[in-house]
Amino acid sequence: MVVRKSFFYIALVVVLIVACGFSMGLGAVKIPFGDVMLVLAHKIGLFKSYSVPAQFEGVLNIVRIPRVVLGLLVGAALGISGTGIQGIFRNPLAEPGLIGISAGASLMAVIIIVLELSIMAGLSNLLGYYLLAFGAFAGAGLAALIVYQISKSDGRSNIATMLLAGIAINALAGALTGLLTYIADDQQLRNITFWMLGSLAGATWEIVITVAPFVLIPVLLLPGMGKALNAFALGEVQASQLGLKVNVIKRNMVILATMGVGASVAVSGVIGFIGLLVPHIIRLILGVDNRHVLPASALFGALMLTMADMVCRTVVAPIELPIGVITALLGTPVFLYILIKDKRKLVL
Amino acid sequence: MLVADQLTYKVGKKVLVEDISFSLQAGELLVVLGANGAGKSTLFHMLSGDKLPSGGVVTFSGKNLSTYTTAELALKRGVVNQQNLMNMAFTVLEIVLMGRYPHYANSSAQTDLKIANKVMELTGVTQLANRSYLSLSGGEQQRVQLSRVLAQIWDIEGALLLMDEPVSNLDILYQQQTLAIARQLAERGMMVVAILHDINLASQYADRIIMLKGGRKCFDGPPSKVLVAANINEVFDIHADIFTNPLTQKCFFIPKDVTIHLD
Repeated sequence: MVVRKSFFYIALVVVLIVACGFSMGLGAVKIPFGDVMLVLAHKIGLFKSYSVPAQFEGVLNIVRIPRVVLGLLVGAALGISGTGIQGIFRNPLAEPGLIGISAGASLMAVIIIVLELSIMAGLSNLLGYYLLAFGAFAGAGLAALIVYQISKSDGRSNIATMLLAGIAINALAGALTGLLTYIADDQQLRNITFWMLGSLAGATWEIVITVAPFVLIPVLLLPGMGKALNAFALGEVQASQLGLKVNVIKRNMVILATMGVGASVAVSGVIGFIGLLVPHIIRLILGVDNRHVLPASALFGALMLTMADMVCRTVVAPIELPIGVITALLGTPVFLYILIKDKRKLVL
Repeated sequence: MLVADQLTYKVGKKVLVEDISFSLQAGELLVVLGANGAGKSTLFHMLSGDKLPSGGVVTFSGKNLSTYTTAELALKRGVVNQQNLMNMAFTVLEIVLMGRYPHYANSSAQTDLKIANKVMELTGVTQLANRSYLSLSGGEQQRVQLSRVLAQIWDIEGALLLMDEPVSNLDILYQQQTLAIARQLAERGMMVVAILHDINLASQYADRIIMLKGGRKCFDGPPSKVLVAANINEVFDIHADIFTNPLTQKCFFIPKDVTIHLD
């Protein structure tokens, strides 16, 4: 079993590197896999001298590498946050979007796009983009906070109330977003659609560096909470009887997941179902022990998003599909499958 | 030693438990009996530390129970809960090993695995070790949860074992085995409190029985003193004959027929 698990991790990393290489080579300028690898190896200090056409290197540095790195960060954050949220909700169907994080984020983004806040006009493109991104992040955090406060009673937060409050927040944010689309003009509608369906197209090094800490903190800290999440699966009372500070752990877990998902939505829009799909597939392969599922879902989330991005850039090139379309096409059947398979077993 | 001193629990104006006091020595197996809604589970949750009493104090090993941290308590007492809802497909062995969580930081040691195997043998779930918990029957799940709690307190001297209806889904053999295990643990110096519905099971294994009615303690004493027809009638509103088993000298109870008028 140990051998099988280590093999899985190694295989995952190898496949991930290969997928990144291929993804960086694809696009209007095709770059051979070997050249991509040479440039990457040089970047980490492996080769002093090498010969790759200057055009290739430029495209890789400015466009392809930041995009793939952003995909890795967003995928890892969505994957591991999905596992965390499912653990806290004690339900394999729970998804970060479920507690209103995504809805809150997109509502704030739409408000900023439609109302074209006067400050935005005075800012350069990049600052305007950051404003949008941080607005989404704030919306995500706010939504999570509201749901969390509503569900808290007697110093404990109730899972069922938390889920229902999440549904309410989602409905409210959805309604307000819908209302705003009526007063939007054509260009704004296009922007909103782009945002709602998610995309990595805006990737630049600045964005990568801005979002990296918000993603890396949850990706590095959540795996340490595997044991606690396992105990959580027994029930909150049971976890507390096993010595866990349930409320502290729950609060930390919610903050970390919000940070990961909120920051991801902020820079790449709403990319659905990664948080559901990834933990589910990992559990089929490695079992349900969160000490393995957490780190593995960060790796696998990164891989899935890299692949999805590769697909959406190439199927109808030169036009790009929104990446959320691909992840939803893959994710919904799995969601329905779990629903049908487990409908008798799922209890709150 | 476990001391309950004038325990009271209120929700709003409703009093669920009122003024219950008793003390329990190491080596004692106490069974709590009472009709539905008599306050057994509320009392139980105050003893486990899951609910804070509205009035009165629980003292455990000379220290107020509410001053223990959850981590300290986890190394001194185990709780078999009435309800256990799981949605994640952990294997039986994984769940039993969770009982050892208070004892290790990140990965289980050889002793933990040894204890897990030992308790699984006792509760008869060894052959289920690699099965998913979700695929088990209600009784099997109950035995797995019992194993988890046994693993938690197995090597702790003077531990407190609390069991809320631990045999509700079990067949007759496992009912007997569960109480026999509790009996043995008490003899090894633990304190055991069990809520039961089966009066005969209580009579067979308890050192002492407390009967609750309407949130108050009605009777408290050894089975032979407490289990008399008048007491049972008062607490359960049922008429019964009490006999003494000539082989064990323990009393057993047979209820009289209850008349029901459907119209």
